[in-house]
This record gives sequence, C-alpha cells and structure tokens, in this order.
Amino acid sequence: MELIKKRKHYFLIFVFGLLILSIVIFISASFGSADITFNQFMAIILNKIPFLRENFQSQEIIKSHEIIIWNIRLPRIILAGLVGMALSVVGAVFQGIFKNPMADPYVIGISSGAALGATITIVSGLSSSFFGFAFITIGSFLGATFTVFLVYKIAKAGTKLPTVTLLLSGIAISQLWSSLNSILMIFNKDKIEKIIFWVMGSISAASWRQVLLVFPVVIIGSGILYIFSRDLNVMLMGDETAKTLGINTEAIKKILIAVCSLIIGTVVSVSGLIGFVGLIIPHIIRLLIGPDHRLLIPFSALGGTIFLIICDTISRTLLAPSEIPVGAVTALFGAPYFIYLLDKHKKVKI
Amino acid sequence: MIKIKNLHWKYGEKKILEDINLEIERGKFYSIIGPNGSGKTTLLRNIARILEPQKNTILIDNKDIMDFQNKELAKKIASVPQNTEISFDFSCHDIVMMGRTPYLKRFETEKAEDKIIVREAMETTNTWELRNKSINELSGGERQRVIISRALAQEPDIILLDEPISHLDIHHQVRIMDNIKALNQKKKFSVIAVFHDLNLAAQYSDTLILLNHGKIISLGKPEEVITKKNIKEVYHMDVYMMKNPTNGKPHMIVLPTVNKSFSDDINF
Repeated sequence: MELIKKRKHYFLIFVFGLLILSIVIFISASFGSADITFNQFMAIILNKIPFLRENFQSQEIIKSHEIIIWNIRLPRIILAGLVGMALSVVGAVFQGIFKNPMADPYVIGISSGAALGATITIVSGLSSSFFGFAFITIGSFLGATFTVFLVYKIAKAGTKLPTVTLLLSGIAISQLWSSLNSILMIFNKDKIEKIIFWVMGSISAASWRQVLLVFPVVIIGSGILYIFSRDLNVMLMGDETAKTLGINTEAIKKILIAVCSLIIGTVVSVSGLIGFVGLIIPHIIRLLIGPDHRLLIPFSALGGTIFLIICDTISRTLLAPSEIPVGAVTALFGAPYFIYLLDKHKKVKI
Repeated sequence: MIKIKNLHWKYGEKKILEDINLEIERGKFYSIIGPNGSGKTTLLRNIARILEPQKNTILIDNKDIMDFQNKELAKKIASVPQNTEISFDFSCHDIVMMGRTPYLKRFETEKAEDKIIVREAMETTNTWELRNKSINELSGGERQRVIISRALAQEPDIILLDEPISHLDIHHQVRIMDNIKALNQKKKFSVIAVFHDLNLAAQYSDTLILLNHGKIISLGKPEEVITKKNIKEVYHMDVYMMKNPTNGKPHMIVLPTVNKSFSDDINF
C-alpha cells in the first residue's frame, strides 16, 4: 500500500478507533457487580473534572459508588489498556526483528524469567511491600530483566547479535527457568495455587500507583519503537539488505530489544503472563492494513488497548463475583476471530 | 573509484580470498567469474561491506570503506542480492522507496523529489505499472527488476549484483542484462556482477575478473580472460573457443565428455 496517498485515510480510521476506545472505556466502567446507573456514573466522572464540576453537577453522588468507579474500575481499565497496548506493540516489533510469525513479547525468555522471579518471591513468603509495590512485582521485574540480559550475553557474538542465536538461547533459558520453577512448586505445594494464578495473568489488583508506574514506560517506550518504524520495514528485507540500504541493523536491534524488554518487564510485573494478545493482535492488524510498521505499530497499540479492555471487562463481569483469568478470555474470544481472518486470507504474511 | 589493495579474507581458519588487488573505474562493467567456492560472492560482499574487510584494503574515492557511515556508504554502493525473495506483502512502490532510506533523516518523510526519483527508477526498468502490486504477486523476472529499481533509487556510483539472472529463463536473462548494460552506459555508474554463465559475462562486460581458490587468475578484457588455457586451468575442462559472429566477443562452447569415464573428469 502506498502510504503517502493513503495517509489521510488511515488517520481518519485511527481517529475513529480512538472514538471506539473511549466508548469501550465508558461501557466497561459502567459494567460490574455493583449496580451503578449511567447517570450516577456520569456524575462521578464529571465530579472529577474541575471546570465541569462547578457548572454541571446536579446529581447526588453515593460515596461507595465513587470509590468503586474511581478507585477500582478506572485504574483497572487504564491498566488493562496499557498492558494490551504494550503487549501488541512489542509483539509487532519482535515479529519484525525476528522475521518470525511465532515471535511474541515473551519469546526471548522474559515470561519464564518473570515467572521464576514471582515464584521465588511467593515461596520465600515476602508479602510486605516496598514503596507501595508488592514484592512479587519487584521480583518478577528483576527476573524478567535479568533473563533478557543473560540471553543477550549468551547470544552476542562480537559486536553482532544473530537473531537465530538470540531466539535459541531465549528458548534454552526459558526451559531452564521453567524446570526450576516446577521444582520450586513441588517443594512448596501450599503455594501452588497462588503461583498458578499469577502465571495465568490478571489485572485484578490494579491501582493508580501501578498505572503511574506503567503509563510512562509504555507510552514513552512505544513512542521510541514507533520512531524506528521505517528501519524495521527495511530490516524485514533481511539484515544484509538493510545494511546495504544504510541501516545500522546491529545497533538498532540492540536498542529495540532493550526498549521492548523494559516495557514487557514492567508490564509483566503488574499483570503476570497474559498470553495471546502480543502474538495475535499484530497479525490481525497486519492482515487488515499490511506490514508497514508506520501503520502497524500505532494500529497494534490501539487494537491491543481496546482488545484487552474488553477481555478484562468480560473476565470480571461474566461470572461475577468470581473472576475468569483474563489470559483465558483473550484466547477464547480472540482465537475464533483470528481463525476467521486466516480463512478469509488463506495466507499468513508476517 | 574503488581501489582494492592486498585484500585477504578468512572464514575461521579457511582462507577464502588471498591478495586481491583491483581497481574499479567509473562507468565500467565488471564481472567476477570462477567456479563454485572460488570466492566470488565473498569478494562482492567485502565490497558491499556486508563482510568487514581489514583496514585500508578497500578504498572508495580514496577513503577507507570502514570509515564510511552506513548511510554515506549506501549513497555510494547499492547491492542486488542473490536471493530477492521477500515474504512480506509490501507493494513494489514501497520496496523501491526503501532505496531512498539513506537520503532520509529519522523524522523526515518522503519528499516530492524522492517520489520523482522512485518513479524514474521504476520507469527505466519497466516496473512503474506494477507499483501497486504486492511484491509477492510478481514473477521472478519482475521481482528482479523491482529490486534493481530499488538499487537505482539509491542513486549509487556502483551497483553490485550477485548472480542477478541465474534463476531466470533465457529471455529474461537477456532482457535484464540489456537493461543493466543500458543503464550502466546512460547513468555512468559502475557495475560489478558475479556470474556463472561465462558467455553472458563475456557479452556484457568491459572487464572480467577470473577467480580460483580465492586468487585472481586473470583480469582483463573478455578475450584475454576467457581462453582455452584459463578455462582448462580453472574449470578443468576442454572447451572450444570461437568469436560471436555479430560482435567479435569470445564465445565458449562446452564439449560434452560422454566418452570419458566419470572419474577421469574430476581431478581437482
């Protein structure tokens, strides 16, 4: 597709997507086990906006409703959106770097590292918090970043970073961590349930504090990744061709992997392992609008945000008051749509 | 324009190139020929800096190739790889526009000038009407022409071609070669190409570079390089030499050796 001609057209679609996103946020915030009317919901939102509060406020606000909307639902929705955005953007970038349709944000061992970090914190019984962040958050972040660093060190050959070696060492370290994880679980049978729940991924413990932590990392990180869109396009032609077209492939690969790892390490530490989003959303977007990263990255961001907000809303409302792990919901609702698209196109082009 | 002095290249312990000395002049057509494993592609990849040569062995306009920024080098040298298979649904126009990458700053979008250059590049290879097609919908010959357009869009001084026609049929081989030769004469860029087909190389090149075991065996005009003696030495076979009756370039005729036993034939 010729981007130059269609830029305006895609811009309008993107604005339309943002509109859908805001509608989704509104609907999601008014859904839930506590029965809050739409008027009540609007009153609570308006009450938080300084200018509107003075001029349009008419309804009485019930304090408990305000707490539910403002302290529970909204941070959770925003966090779900940020996690979805991060996973999809990083998935798209990794699929580009590795030129491999199976690549997802967890491909170089981030997931297993985060899981091992979380398991170690759980079994060692650290339940207090550190500056307001649960130890499990800190443990998984450290596990994830340490793993990426290790995988990077193993794969690095001189000044080069061969992608195949990177993938393979990621797989090897993942397997190693998984087996350590299993051993830890066997010796701590009483904590298995907690570990499994973490691994399945959940955003149920969302707080404004977590949003404040994740927001800048995801937004700035995705912005940096977007800046490298054109380089990623050229790198899809193969590392050598990209080099002859003036792209400094080795340096760019390193920057991209560092930024992606930081984003995913942060996201995983608050959400656990939510699968499927980072693998499938970029594929869906690619099937719909093509492989150009200048479109793929922003649209994946938007798609991932909307998708995970919807999935998380389903996960907390479908069988309320109990929760379905959001990781299960993502695959349950995303897979059929993806299969439909695959069938329609009958070819996957990464 | 390019000076190669004492170039050696080792792959691990194995010597691939030994003491290569070469001078490439502007606007000339060079072909690297030689048997499999003689170092043809390695030499080309050194010139493209895909492999990194030692300091001060390859100079471009008297500047060490290792001192060039990537983008700076991409404005001098364009490369058409052996395998042009692209498994992504980019349009041909997008692919050729990638040739403008070295001219674009990070936050810059393609300007009107870039679009004109891309259009010109595609028109010279007769691919402009394919511009909105996906690269994957094209035939091998069409794809090759699109990739050559991308190299042209780089506005280089030198174009490197690694067996650009080896997987095409005879009609497309000749068309692509005619095309490259015409552009080479019109645009005054140098061409360095790797070829397996000695006769085609002889027809189109100003200078042939015959490699064997990583060394230059013979360097010069086609009629000086493609001789009975050289072919015997390098390819270990007897050939019959004649002149192309239309232009006087050397033409080699392979003599089938059906009467000889297989073991006689292989004496490396």
